[in-house]
Amino acid sequence: MSGFASAARAGLDDPQLRRNLRQATTTIRAKRDAAVAEVDDWEGLRTAGAAIKDAALLALDAHLERLEANVVAAGGQVHWARDAGEANAIVTALVRATGADEVVKVKSMATEEIGLNAALAAAGIAAYETDLAELIVQLGDDRPSHILVPAIHRSREDIRALFERELGETGLSTDPAELAGVARRHLRERFLRVRVGVSGANFAVAETGAICVVESEGNGRMCTTLPDTLITVMGIEKVVPRWEDLGAMLQLLPRSSTGERMNPYTSLWTGVTPGDGPQAFHLVLLDNGRTTALADAIGRQALRCIRCSACLNVCPVYERAGGHAYDATYAGPIGAILSPLIDGFERHATLPSASTLCGACYEVCPVKIDIPSVLIHLRGRVAREHGAPPSERAAMRAMARVLGTRRKYELAQRALRTAGRPLSRDGRLERRLPGPLKPWTTFRDLPAPPEQTFREWWRSR
Amino acid sequence: MRVALFVTCLADTLSPAVGRATVELLERLGHEVVFPEEQTCCGQMHANTGYPAEATALARRFVRVFGADDHDAIVSPSPSCVGMVREQFAALARAAEDEQLAADAAALAPRVHDLSELLVDVLGLEDVGAVFPHRVTYHPTCHGLRGLGLGDRPLRLLRAVRELELVELPDATTCCGFGGTFSIKNADTSAAMLTDKVAGILRTGADVCCAGDASCLLHIDGGLRRGRAGVRTLHLAEILGAT
Ligand code: SF4
Repeated sequence: MSGFASAARAGLDDPQLRRNLRQATTTIRAKRDAAVAEVDDWEGLRTAGAAIKDAALLALDAHLERLEANVVAAGGQVHWARDAGEANAIVTALVRATGADEVVKVKSMATEEIGLNAALAAAGIAAYETDLAELIVQLGDDRPSHILVPAIHRSREDIRALFERELGETGLSTDPAELAGVARRHLRERFLRVRVGVSGANFAVAETGAICVVESEGNGRMCTTLPDTLITVMGIEKVVPRWEDLGAMLQLLPRSSTGERMNPYTSLWTGVTPGDGPQAFHLVLLDNGRTTALADAIGRQALRCIRCSACLNVCPVYERAGGHAYDATYAGPIGAILSPLIDGFERHATLPSASTLCGACYEVCPVKIDIPSVLIHLRGRVAREHGAPPSERAAMRAMARVLGTRRKYELAQRALRTAGRPLSRDGRLERRLPGPLKPWTTFRDLPAPPEQTFREWWRSR
Repeated sequence: MRVALFVTCLADTLSPAVGRATVELLERLGHEVVFPEEQTCCGQMHANTGYPAEATALARRFVRVFGADDHDAIVSPSPSCVGMVREQFAALARAAEDEQLAADAAALAPRVHDLSELLVDVLGLEDVGAVFPHRVTYHPTCHGLRGLGLGDRPLRLLRAVRELELVELPDATTCCGFGGTFSIKNADTSAAMLTDKVAGILRTGADVCCAGDASCLLHIDGGLRRGRAGVRTLHLAEILGAT
């Protein structure tokens, strides 16, 4: 047992985590279902969303160049980063050039992906997360476990203790409003002091150069408007061709992610405006494995993802194992396909198998990513290119040979019955089986092979 | 009507009662059942575990065995295997650039039905004349629910069964954790999912948990029995076949 299977055990054995996840995902699922049911033609909207992202991906280079030209024309600067190292070096140099030694950040999966906070820390620059859940993760020196709610694994009691320890508060209750108030006071002081903001992007519009960030708390808007310098790190797949594409995207995203008709804060900016907002704007376009993913004809649809996290919230595997079991920036169903595609199979070879292919993720995905099909495809890539266990390969080949002819198949049925007979009692196998079926029979009874197969009955009647 | 039965390798070998009930039910309704004895397996396990070459060979075999037109429809008591034939054969053919397989699969796809589809859509039946005096809860398996979109067809069939008391399963649409080789590779997570499914079944107070897929039932039944829960599992065909 390795990879996901063993990493999952910590989550499975943690009753607090299981309860938190169950409660949180059940609530958000109900909200999402209600918000989606309000839309007359949700299916049509999904189809439109998928088409918009596909159009962007099919001519990604052209759209990115157009985006670059328009960002520059609006007074911004564009930087291209092939991988995490390049992106971190660019951001570090940009912050240094301002003379600042601290930045405020709006929640960003892209900077999480490249490990920006650690890179900045190594350069003597402090990065302050301002999204409440990100702040909780950062204060606890923890890892995010959900795309949208990074601290979903934390209870209110955890958070109370954390705030008392890290923010020097005393006598706090577990009242969410009180805890949010503490965070607000703590963050306000930083918003007003820090001169550099770092953000991600939900969308970027090629034809206008506009960048779009959606959020719930307003802290992101503080980060993108109060500092003198704004640095946005954006995965190259976030570009959409036209302004009007946002129309579909901004309906799909909030309903899928938080179950709201519209998220409370949608910030859009184009370059810089003299006398208003940051006076220097840098856009870092991050590849970091995305063009590799694009080369995979079946896997590339994962790049449509708008990080709504709906697939996590419906995934029965995620709900039980928790986000840390994926040991990757992106957890849940989308993480199981995106992580190997952009970050390689070495660390993530077991993720495509961390699913029952139940299809709940595909059903909710607002941009119709066929996650089950991609999982199956990636399992094939693992088996072919990345060394599936030799025992598995041998078993699959042997089984295919047996199933390849009627004679061998019927012989195998009889052999199974003969082997099962001494092991069974009352129609069940008495013992836990050795070998590959051991894990199965650890938790479940297997029926003894019956005295007559169906085909024997058929012939006998 | 002449119906060819695709019984699936798992049901054939481990749950023969499901196949027997399907035959008896269809014959009772006045149809003729044929069983192409050359059949073995649709290749679902190979396809889903990441062995498309092996799966493609089994798919070719399948379309050969069931390609004959000496029957009007093909029925299977397993939505996941029906989905394999209907959806995944085409994908395998595309990947292997096998035009013959693509054409054969396309010809076969509209003729392959899950049992509840055959009864409700093709034969226009809801009441099949069954009697089953027990308290029953129904688990809609993932491939039936989302893959084939069976909707409430199985429930309509169950509601028409005389003396059957149907009770709703909590979190019915959540996967039971089987997932073929998932239950071997991720046995602990699978067990956690199964435990929750079993807990839901027990909360209904039902005597019987019914589902339309023999493979998921094997898993759920294994969990119920290991816990000595005293609840039986039955395939939809077995309940509809009861008189
Ligand atoms: S894969 Fe789809 S459902 Fe999952 S986070 Fe991305 S857009 Fe949302």
